[in-house]
Amino acid sequence: MKSPRNHRAYWAFLGHRLSGLALGIFLPAHFYVLGLALDQRARMDAFLKFADMGAVKFGEWGLVLLLSIHMCFGLRLLALELLPWSSIRDARLSWISWGGALSLFVGVIFALGVI
Amino acid sequence: MEQPLFALQRLSAMVMAPFVLVHLAVILYAVRGGLTAAEILSRTQGSWLWIPFYSLFVVSVAVHVPIGLRNILIEWARLSRGASSVFCLLFGLLLLWMGLRAVAAVGGFLS
Amino acid sequence: MEATETAQRTLTVRIARGTEEGNFATYEVPWRENQTVLDVVTEVQRRLDSTLSYRFACRVGVCGSCAMTVNGKPRWTCRTHVSRVQEDGVIVIEPLRNMPRIKDLVVDMAEFFDKWKKAGNTFVGTATRHDPPAAVSPTSKKRKMADAAIECINCGVCYAACDVVSWDKDYLGPAALNRAWTLFNDERHADPKDVLKKATSGSGCNACHTQGNCMTHCPVSLSPTGSIAGLKKNALLQFLKGGG
Repeated sequence: MKSPRNHRAYWAFLGHRLSGLALGIFLPAHFYVLGLALDQRARMDAFLKFADMGAVKFGEWGLVLLLSIHMCFGLRLLALELLPWSSIRDARLSWISWGGALSLFVGVIFALGVI
Repeated sequence: MEQPLFALQRLSAMVMAPFVLVHLAVILYAVRGGLTAAEILSRTQGSWLWIPFYSLFVVSVAVHVPIGLRNILIEWARLSRGASSVFCLLFGLLLLWMGLRAVAAVGGFLS
Repeated sequence: MEATETAQRTLTVRIARGTEEGNFATYEVPWRENQTVLDVVTEVQRRLDSTLSYRFACRVGVCGSCAMTVNGKPRWTCRTHVSRVQEDGVIVIEPLRNMPRIKDLVVDMAEFFDKWKKAGNTFVGTATRHDPPAAVSPTSKKRKMADAAIECINCGVCYAACDVVSWDKDYLGPAALNRAWTLFNDERHADPKDVLKKATSGSGCNACHTQGNCMTHCPVSLSPTGSIAGLKKNALLQFLKGGG
């Protein structure tokens, strides 16, 4: 059975929504750790050391990827909704591939920085 | 309700785009050679650049995330509009409080 | 010389029957190089099972009545060649999604047309029969935008394809909003601001998440995605200017 959802614009929607959801769930934890700088410096440092572990770094890499994807796909949406369309069917699909590629590039730079 | 929320969502997105770019750049720069609290704080404490930057970032995030989450709750979790609005308002306030507290912490106030 | 008996190749057709989800009946029809899904449904109803209910009219791809879900995708069955969609000699035919099922392949399109009205799609003129006809330039920007969306014949395929419609019963849907866009761009219409107001009512145009299922499946290549984007932009501008 073919899925009516197997096309680029749908992947862009899913990527944007799921990355946003993941980032939104991550944020309170992020703010909590940063808040440790207030009165629990030692705990913050201990956490940062813990975050040196490969598995955590992989998670951080994932988050960086998700943030890039969310922004790129979001910029496409802003363009679709605010800028004129060159033709009624030009849903700026190329922005999806570019956004994905840019996000992977950002991910590579992050990985190079932490390996 | 829907139209003002939609407007706030798009406006906060536009405000945040440059913030996210800068934040990504900072992350890519800062992770090199390992992260320590001292390193982060030496850059941010008392900074007239980073404190306003991250404060504005937190405010936009506290607007943008709950509105997006509200759509997910209504469409995927099948919550009522009222319940989703209440939950997301509370979540937004939580993000705002925790976020500004984080900015104060990292900016060197209150400690 | 041996007389070889060639078994007639058949196509297996699973058709949704009754009123409940998950009830299928399986039929075998002869495999032909050139047949449409509508041909197959008609053959089943005429030769194999006269209790099968389905809709069609023109049979030539101009009325939109024969829209059904074929192997998971909403399409016009008279314009769908079996050879293009069959999977391992099987096609599965179901009624259109997102509309209540009456029986077998027939759905109740009342809510589709109700939303059509709710989106503010009634033209209101400002001239009378004593005025000369409006001189609308076909090359004006607004007319071009209206013309690009005007060919909708209300077949319901986009409505069936739309996930937001399935998640949010208040969502007006791609066809209704596409039509609203043509009216908004019609320079003869008396109240374009009202069109925007109606298009943003309920879960209006802002609930569209630009997944694009509508434009990918529209049999006449319309783009409700584009029309709705236009509505969103104009509604946002109207809101920011204090139009509410």
